[in-house]
Parts: sequence; structure tokens; C-alpha cells
Amino acid sequence: MILIPCPWCGSRDAGEFAYGGEPTPRPDPRTATREQWRGYLYLRNNVAGWTTERWYHRMGCRRYLTVQRNTVTNEVRQP
Amino acid sequence: MKRQTRRLDRQPGEVIDRGSPLEFGWNGRSYPAYAGDTIASALAACGERVFSRSFKYHRRRGLLTASYTDPGCIVQVGDEPNVRGAHRLVTPGMDVRSQDTWPSLAFDVKAANELVGRFLPAGFYYKTFIRPRPLWPTYERVLRRFSHGGVVSPDPLSPELSSYDKRQVHPDVLVAGGGPAGMTAAVAAARAGARVMLVEEEHSLGGHLRWGDKADLAALHDLRSLLAASGVEVLTNSVVFGRYDHNHVAIVQRGLPHVYERLVKARAKTLVVSPGLIERPYVFAGNDVPGVMLSTAVRRLINLYAVKPGDRAVVLTANPQGDAAVVDLERAGVEVAHVVDARGGDDLVRVLGRGGVKGVELVGGHRIECDLVVTAVGWTAPLTLLTMAGTVAAYDSRAARYFPGTATLPDDVLPAGGVVGDGTLDELVAHADAVGREAARRAGSMSRREPAAEIPALPVDAHPELFHGPTHGIVDFSEDVSSRDLLTAVEEGYSSAELAKRYTTATMGPTQGKLESVNVVAIIAEATGRTISQTGTTTWRPPYAPVTLGALAGRHREPVRYSPMHPWHERHGAAPLVAGAWIRPDHYGDPAGEVLAVRERVGIIDVTPIGKLDLRGPDVPKLLNLLYVNRWSKLEVGRVRYGVMCAEDGVVLDDGVTGRLGDQHYLMSTTSSGAASVWEWVESWLQTEHPGWQVHVTPVTTSYASINVAGPRSRELLGRVVAEIDLTPQAFPYMHVRTGRVAGVDGCVLWRIGFTGELSFELHVPASYGLHVWETLLDSGNDLGVRAFGIEAQRILRLEKGHLIVGQDTDGLTQAFSAGLDGLIRLDKDDFVGRSELVWQAEAAAESRLVGLHPNDASVVPEEGSQLIEAGVICGRVTSSRWSPTLHRSICLAQVATEFAEPGTLVTVRLPDGRSVPATVTEHLASVDPEGARLRG
Repeated sequence: MILIPCPWCGSRDAGEFAYGGEPTPRPDPRTATREQWRGYLYLRNNVAGWTTERWYHRMGCRRYLTVQRNTVTNEVRQP
Repeated sequence: MKRQTRRLDRQPGEVIDRGSPLEFGWNGRSYPAYAGDTIASALAACGERVFSRSFKYHRRRGLLTASYTDPGCIVQVGDEPNVRGAHRLVTPGMDVRSQDTWPSLAFDVKAANELVGRFLPAGFYYKTFIRPRPLWPTYERVLRRFSHGGVVSPDPLSPELSSYDKRQVHPDVLVAGGGPAGMTAAVAAARAGARVMLVEEEHSLGGHLRWGDKADLAALHDLRSLLAASGVEVLTNSVVFGRYDHNHVAIVQRGLPHVYERLVKARAKTLVVSPGLIERPYVFAGNDVPGVMLSTAVRRLINLYAVKPGDRAVVLTANPQGDAAVVDLERAGVEVAHVVDARGGDDLVRVLGRGGVKGVELVGGHRIECDLVVTAVGWTAPLTLLTMAGTVAAYDSRAARYFPGTATLPDDVLPAGGVVGDGTLDELVAHADAVGREAARRAGSMSRREPAAEIPALPVDAHPELFHGPTHGIVDFSEDVSSRDLLTAVEEGYSSAELAKRYTTATMGPTQGKLESVNVVAIIAEATGRTISQTGTTTWRPPYAPVTLGALAGRHREPVRYSPMHPWHERHGAAPLVAGAWIRPDHYGDPAGEVLAVRERVGIIDVTPIGKLDLRGPDVPKLLNLLYVNRWSKLEVGRVRYGVMCAEDGVVLDDGVTGRLGDQHYLMSTTSSGAASVWEWVESWLQTEHPGWQVHVTPVTTSYASINVAGPRSRELLGRVVAEIDLTPQAFPYMHVRTGRVAGVDGCVLWRIGFTGELSFELHVPASYGLHVWETLLDSGNDLGVRAFGIEAQRILRLEKGHLIVGQDTDGLTQAFSAGLDGLIRLDKDDFVGRSELVWQAEAAAESRLVGLHPNDASVVPEEGSQLIEAGVICGRVTSSRWSPTLHRSICLAQVATEFAEPGTLVTVRLPDGRSVPATVTEHLASVDPEGARLRG
């Protein structure tokens, strides 16, 4: 189990967090095409290497946070 | 009783306590032993040499390594199968039996497998039992009788066997392996200020020093004293079985009082891996006959357990440890008939004898009688934990073993001792001391300015490459895989180590490659004309050592939640319903009667698990407008509104009512099952999309006990317990909220809503007064015919009224227009979560709709989930169905394709028993009071 650095609580087991995945910018709902919207819903870069992702400290301070994680080595760092 | 005929005089390093004799059972007979004996050493002291039958051919097996890796003495102890007999200590009265032998260990019928052994080649099961496919269940039944694995009692286990424990630790430095290197590193790290945990699989620390000479024993004595004074926490009879990301280390600890095993989850800042070396068996004909042992096995038997391993020995040696075994054997009174020095090119051809060693054949055909064959042909470095940390094992042909490729190790993992090199004890200690200090430094236990400790490299001794002799023998002793099987696999094309492993199952038994993996790779390399480096290794994965499922599962713990009214429910015969973590009253014996009480008089139900979020701040209306599909900006103080939330894909997520209690104060309710996820949802939108909005969210689900008072006489009942709130329809209309005192309790919230379809008030009262208010309501309404009702009655009532349940009448694909929520959705709002998808759903017209459905035969209640079928095609499903006590007929809600959703359409319901029954789509979702007159009364 990897450690996630929480800005409030320090490094904690990933099991305390809910995984939020890659943050994807929300398109403007008034102008977004179906393709844009479905890209926002479903398409992720899924890179092998450094990626930015969101975690929610569900069992802790309830903060949503953003970290960078290397999906190959599981190294984690602050963005 | 048996006598300890093979027990030697006191040995300087022995671990048995001669002052504590005891008795235990072996296959029903009583045997003597001393405290400190393992099952195997005690039996060996009494002259026993056969402990088990092999996996496939049921050949007799004896001691091979006399340690925890020994594949030859897996036994049954009482209720517990697959006990490692050369590791488990005997206890008084212990009932030990051989496994999977019939009728007895000495005469095992299944040994007939050996006679047909040439018909049981590699892949035999894959090739033979694959067809005809329909016969597999029969094959399986027969094969299962031949499977290895002991017996699990169907009776409940004793408390000692069934209780497990977990522990979390956060050491600065964790040392895996308690030989001289591990002990030294642990002491050095502790002296540098680190909190250190040392884990050793064996029952005592010291590794090979324990069976060494006088100087070794003196050095061990000193190391133990240093360790005892160092404050290091030492776990023996425990093993590190996995290293995971960020140094999350799994340890199983055994031999504890009161629990069978404990899983220790360590988060180590630095991990030192010092497992030492494991001696490798030699592959030649008869190498598994009882009486063929490794040099470490005889040295352990003699020096630790004072057991004479044989009378006349032939020793094959290629290293100083093998030479030392010769000295030990002679000191123990074993006649060493011949020493075969492999360094000079000498070899053993085969072992003579079947049930036990009778002699050996040397190169050239010369035969020597003996009852013990000892081999010392090299070492395997257990690199498992290091490869789990990312290193790649690199083969060094000069030393004939693998080494960790240090360049690929993360900073927080340090190897020490035999896995990185050889050298004298002084060299080993100097090296391990530096590793320990460096581990502490990297863990942050020392000042940052402290320079990195220089870790002296250990010399690497040359060793001849010896894997197999001129004949074929067993490679994997656990799985009964021979060198011939490996050649067969290569011939059939399984020429990579990984493929041959899976095809032959070599390295897949309980020893998991500790003894056999190097020999497997060497034999495949030779057969394919490659070098060992070119052949590569198989992958080492957790667990490094056998772990029980119980240890992984831990203590049985399932937290449950009860409402404050639970004691009343229990006293009144409520049938419990498990709803997530909550235990709720399903009914009190008569759900239909409970329904009628609500329709005709008044009922109360405990709805405490309803999710409740207290929302405060100027921007709450913005939040509500964003999360709900309907409009919220004009909700006045004192009003409540029903709302539905969708996800961004337009799928219905949750529903509930939210009331405005004050200018900037709202109370949001959610479904019971959605309480946690909606809270998370709200936080997500506030924190990630709109961090500037001023909204403070407090979960108050369990701060309030919630009671719904429903029925035509609910106003009358409530009027008796409420003094200051005017309950008249004019003063407190439908969909309004009031706060005040109920049954003497201040701070209660009342809202007028109607999930049941009746006039009803939902009370949220401070939780500690929940039971009081509940009982007061019942006491006050005796003459009104008040009755408690449960979840089942509520489900019937809401189905009669046609109110949907999110997650039952909708699923993970149901967009809001398919849930019959057309009237609620406000696409004219600029934005709300899911709006875009709902715009497109409205444009395309929903593919399916939620409708009311009445089976034409009023007595048929189709099971929920029954399919609707038209012209052989599934066109929908029944989402809810019940017998309605109010209407005396069956009623349903159903999702149907839009073309069948018109009221009056006849559809066909396929019942689970295969019958088809006609049913008619109704005009409204509601079967009772579709106009809502009762609700608004």
C-alpha cells in the first residue's frame, strides 16, 4: 500500500483515501459538444509515468488533494 | 513408548532443554522429546527417518534441510494441516500425524503412482483430463482424493486456532533476518537512535553461528548481549513475507499466546534485508531417498538438537561448510565412509535403496554401503524481498549464485550479509554495522549533516557450479518434479523459465523456489544451450513464506450501527434487516397490518439511517442548484423541497428532501444508503470545482434520531406531544419545515412530507432523546391505534404511492428522464450536474421509462427483476413488486422500453418459473391516491 501525502495529516496509507483519478477540466455545459462532454466523463490519459491525480482523505480530514504519482514506480510527490 | 536412541550427549550450542522432557503422539504412538525440539528433530532422535509421502509419486520422504524450508516433513497437527514439521516445536500431548497416506505411512497404496511414473510426465494432468470436457467433474472427484493437503476438521476450531490478530507498526528500521548480519545491523541502527524491529523466521537468532565452532558460539553470545541491551524489538518465529510499495512490509508472527498468528503490518522508513543463504540440494538419482540430507541439515541435527543423523555417511562436498559437516559427523560418532570432493571433479552417480539410503554408487560404478548421504554443493541467495523492491537478480558464475543488482534498489532498502557476499565473521560484522548505521541515517534517525556510512564490500568466494550429477533426480521436492520432467517441458517447447515453471509446477510448491529455483534455471539453461544469465529467473512474488488465510483475514470484525430506538425494536420482536452497516426493523410480525394501520390510523417508523447534512453559509442555494436537477434559488425559510441528484452522465444518483431552517441554514437529507457517498459528492464539488463558495458542511446523520409519523391521524397524535408548533394545515402546510420542542425535547426539526402517501411528519430529534420521543408517541396514541411499522410496510406504502427508490427502480444506467422525473428536471437552469446529458436525453427521447404495472391476474406478484418480453425480445423489467393490502391486488413498478410505456399497454411478464403472465401499464406510478389528496390533507 502506498503512502499519500495529505497536507493536513501528513503521509498516510492509501487505504485511508478514496481515489479520484486524473482531474479533468469540466467543459462549459452551455457550449460543450457531446464529444467534449464524453471525453470529460470517460477519457483519461492513463500514462505510464508521472501523472497528476486526485485523492480524497475519506478516513481522515476529508480533504480533496492533488498529488503526482509515477504509475510505473509508484513514487509520489507534491505537485 | 519409543526411546531416544539417536540422541547425543549434550552439545555446546544445543537448543533443547533437557530439564523439560515431554511426550507427544506420532501416528497414534507416544514419543519422548525435550522442550525446544521440533517435531522432526524429536522423531529423528527416536530413529524415525520417514515423515511423509511425496506429492505425486508418494515416495517416502525424510529430512532434507531440517529447517523451516524442509519439504519432506509436512505433517498434520491435530486439526491443523500442512504444518512444517522441521520448524514447529513439539508441545506436550501434541497429536502429530502423517498426511495423505493410506492406509499408513509405511505402506501407502498411492505409491503405485511411482510404478506408473513414466506415465505421469510433465503436463500429465493438462494432457489427460482435458477431454472429454463433460467428464471433468468426475475426474475432479477422483483426483481430489490424490491431492496433497491434510485434513481440515469440519468441527469448529479451538479458540487458539481460530483467533488471529493484526498489528500496525512504524519502525524506523526493519531488519528481515536475524543472523549475525541482521543482528549487527539492528544493533548499529538502534545505537544510531533508530527504532528498530528485527524479524527472524527461526525460533532463535544467530543464523549459521548456532551450528558453528566455539569461536562462532562465543561471537553469538556477545551479539545476543549487545542486542538485548539495544532496545531492538525482536520477533522470532516470525517472517517478513512481502515488501510492498513505500516499504509497507508484511510480517506474520507466530507462537503467541491466545492468538494463532498475528499479521504485523509495518511501515518501515528503511528495510534491511539479511536473510543469509539457503543451501541448495543436488540433483541426482535417489536424491530424495530418506537419509539424503544437506550439510546444513546434519549440522543442525547434531549441533542444535543433539541428534545423530546416521551411522555411516558418504559426504559430497564442494565448500568449507561441507568440510565442517564432516568434522561434525565424526565428532557425533558417525563413521564417514567416504568424502567425495566435488572441487576435484568427483561426483555421486546414484543413491541405492528405496525406503532409505543403503549406499551410493560413485563414478566408475564403485559402490559404498552407508545409511546417510550428505551433499554440500552450493547456495541459493533468497533475494525475494529485494526483487519485490525492484532489484533484478544477477547471476555470478564465479560464485555460482545470484546477487542483487544494487543499482535498481530504492534508497529505503538495503541488503546485508550473505546475499551480498562472503568473508570472515569480522568482515561480515563490519559490513553489517555500516549497513545498520546507514539504514538509521536514511530513516532520518541521525542528523542530516551526518555523512553517509561507507559500507565495506564483502569478498565473494569462488564456488564450483554444481547443479546436477550424471543421473536424473528430483528438482522440486514439494511438487515431485524431476530433472527429466524439465527436459520434457523444454522438448515440448516450454523453454523459458516462466513457461517451464507453469508447465511442470516446479517452484510452485510450499518451498516456493527457496531450494529448487537455481537448479531449475540451470537445468533449463543447459537443455536450451543458453547460459543461466540468458535463461533468466522466474518471478518471486509474495508471500515469501506460507501464510494462513486466517492471518490475512485477521480478527472477525464487522461494525454495525443501531439507532437509539433499537432496544425498543428488539423488545417488540422486530425482524432485523441488514441495510449496509445498519440493523433496521424489517417488520414487527405483520407488515400488512402495519400498512393498514398507516392507511387507516397512524403509524411511526424509525428512519434514523436517512442521511442528513447540515449546510450553512450564503452560497448554499448555489450548491443546491448545482447538485439537484430542480430549482432551489427561491426556497423560502420554513419550506422543504424534494430533489433528485444526478451524476455528470445524467444517471440518477440520490434523492431526498432539503429544508431551509434559517436564512443561511439548510438541512439536506439523503437516502440511507447514500449518506456517505452524497457527503463525499458535496465535498467534491465544493472543494474541487467551487472552492470559493462559502458553504460549511456538517454530517448530522447520527446526531438526530429520525421518526416518520404517518397516517390520517398523525396530526392528532403529534398535537399531543407538541405544544408550541401550530400543526393546522394552514399554519404548517405540506412541504414545510418547523423547529421546536417535541415531547419536551428542544431542537427538533419537523418536516411535512409524504413518502408513504399519507399525511405525515418526519421528526428529527437529538439522538439521545430518540427512544424517549419514540415511546412517548406510542404511549400518547394508544387510543388512536398508533402502531410501529417497519421497512417492509414502508416499501409497500411507497410502492402503492408510486414513489421510486433510487438504486431499486433505477440502476447505474438510468438517466433522470427514464426515472419518471420529467416534471422535476429544469433544463432551463444554466447549469446543474448532469444537465448536458439530460439535454441530449430529452432531445433523443428516453429509451425506457419507469411505469406503474398491474398484472392482469391480481393474485400474481412477479418477482422483482422479472423480465418483460415482447416478440421474443426483452423490453423491460419489474423493478418493484408487492401485494398491496390496501387494494387487495399485486402492484409493480417497471422499467419498460418507451414504445410500451403508454398507459393501457399490455405487456408480458416472464416469471422466474418460466410462466408468462400479462400485465397492463397503469396511468400513474401511484396505485393509491394519485392526486395526492391524502398527503396534502
